Amino acid sequence: MASGLQRNLTPAPAAPADGTVVRVRGLTRAFDGRAVIDGLSLDVASGEFVALLGASGCGKSTLLRVLADLDHDITGEVTVARRRAVGFQAPRLIPWKRVWRNVVLGLPGRPDRNRAVRALEEVGLGHRVDVWPKVLSGGEAQRAALARALVRDPDLLLLDEPFSALDALTRIKAQDLVAELWQRHGCAVVLVTHDVEEAVLLADRVLVMRDGVIAQDQPIGLPRPRRRSAPEFVALRADLLAMLGVDRH
Amino acid sequence: MSLHQPPAGLRSDPAEPHPAEPDTAGPRTGTPDPAVPAETVRSTGRRRGRPPRWLIKTASPVALVLLWQLASATGALPEETLAAPGTIVTTAAGLAETGELQDAVLTSLSRVLAGLGIGIGAAVVLATVSGLFRLGEDLIDAPVQMLRTVPTIGLIPLLIIWFGIGEEPKIALIALTVTFPLYMNIYGGIRNVDSALIEAGRTLGLGRFGTVRHIVLPGAMPSALVGLRYALGSAWLALVFGETINASSGIGYLMNNAREFFQTDVIVVCLVLYAFLGLLADLIVRVLERVLLAWRPAFSGT
Ligand SMILES: Nc1ncnc2c1ncn2[C@@H]1O[C@H](COP(=O)(O)OP(=O)(O)OP(=O)(O)O)[C@@H](O)[C@H]1O
Ligand SMILES: [Mg+2]
Repeated sequence: MASGLQRNLTPAPAAPADGTVVRVRGLTRAFDGRAVIDGLSLDVASGEFVALLGASGCGKSTLLRVLADLDHDITGEVTVARRRAVGFQAPRLIPWKRVWRNVVLGLPGRPDRNRAVRALEEVGLGHRVDVWPKVLSGGEAQRAALARALVRDPDLLLLDEPFSALDALTRIKAQDLVAELWQRHGCAVVLVTHDVEEAVLLADRVLVMRDGVIAQDQPIGLPRPRRRSAPEFVALRADLLAMLGVDRH
Repeated sequence: MSLHQPPAGLRSDPAEPHPAEPDTAGPRTGTPDPAVPAETVRSTGRRRGRPPRWLIKTASPVALVLLWQLASATGALPEETLAAPGTIVTTAAGLAETGELQDAVLTSLSRVLAGLGIGIGAAVVLATVSGLFRLGEDLIDAPVQMLRTVPTIGLIPLLIIWFGIGEEPKIALIALTVTFPLYMNIYGGIRNVDSALIEAGRTLGLGRFGTVRHIVLPGAMPSALVGLRYALGSAWLALVFGETINASSGIGYLMNNAREFFQTDVIVVCLVLYAFLGLLADLIVRVLERVLLAWRPAFSGT
């Protein structure tokens, strides 16, 4: 597999010394006295792809926001890689900045158009460099947001249901794209999703969140690229659905 | 689970559900069902059989002016009540020839510009400080909200006592009239910037200053321009009132003079000048909006 194609050109920055990009111990986050996250612990190794499943309202987004350093109202110990990037459910492109300026926004130095173009080409948006975000389709906007995240060369990419608003076909393409980009960039990914199939397709490890903790930790040993129709795939999917309390038999 | 539900893997986000499909039972055929009300979707590009839009738009004002001229010519509208359009044009030409017209416009324009400059400056500074800083809000917003309820025109007597009857009270009146609506809009614009975008900016590594520069201030721009448009409109109103304060030059002076001698033609020329300047101001804001808000998916009318 063509891994590290991009990375080998520039020396990869040192990931946290012990090879983990996320280390969480005893994390608790309460809203109005109700603990949504309650003594949660989690480790993510560098380069690992982790999918996070769980019933709606169980605190997945809350956890991701903590990892993204957007929520400080917490107790417990949280260490995350310094170089992070976040993709939200909505693309959250800045409407008054052209797509390429969105991509390099916040990077040190002058806005580097070439760098933005390269990142956009990588997600198949080389022809959308100079337009306003308003003209992008949902899938294009989400890919632009992905380019904006990856151009930062993160050690840790946090994604909160990035594909849930896309139609089925676009979503499949976006999933393939993420798999490809992950292998090329070699960053660790934490992907929050509702979609069990997506989790099995992409992740090295699937976590199921329940009652404020990681209730299940399921390694996915399937070789890549994975086929949705493979018997092992189908079996794993059924297992996970059962863990989530959905019995399909 | 209903029959229309797609399989689990393809289900869309519950927050953004598919529009419910109408439950049409029975076999589907290629031709539209005559019982179903249908309409043809038309192109907005060009509606055939209709004269162009600019023609329709100009037709009714032209008709009005013609009607007015007709009423004056037949004596139905006496000269002392309202001069005929023809007379007004000649009067305007005469005033322009002596240079009175240009002088008046320049004087009035410079008053408005001075007042606008002060008002816009004050509004931008005050609104930015109280929009961005908690302390600024506590110190600035409450008094501004209180002062805002005072009708500025009512301040004229006070302004005369403070500044006399020269240029100052006129400029001060315009500045005050401009400041409050503009402040409200800029402040509101800053406070209403989408917090999701601010959060996104933070994850991209924008600091406090970068957030303000790239996200907060541009995000407040649409609202600020609405405020500017309103401010310009009220600036002309303030000018008209201000120029009734013992003016010895400007459009208002011309108009007051004309009143003494029942010159309705000069009065109308002055009104047209006011209207024209107001229109020009509006045009400037429109251009600004087009340039500064090109990113916005705005509704432009049908
Ligand atoms: N700012 C907030 N104030 C109060 N309660 C909150 C806040 N944010 C989240 N919650 C609550 O915390 C719980 C977990 O929310 P969260 O958004 O993390 O769920 P989730 O697992 O991401 O759900 P979904 O899968 O539907 O996105 C919910 O019950 C929610 O109501
Ligand atoms: Mg969520």
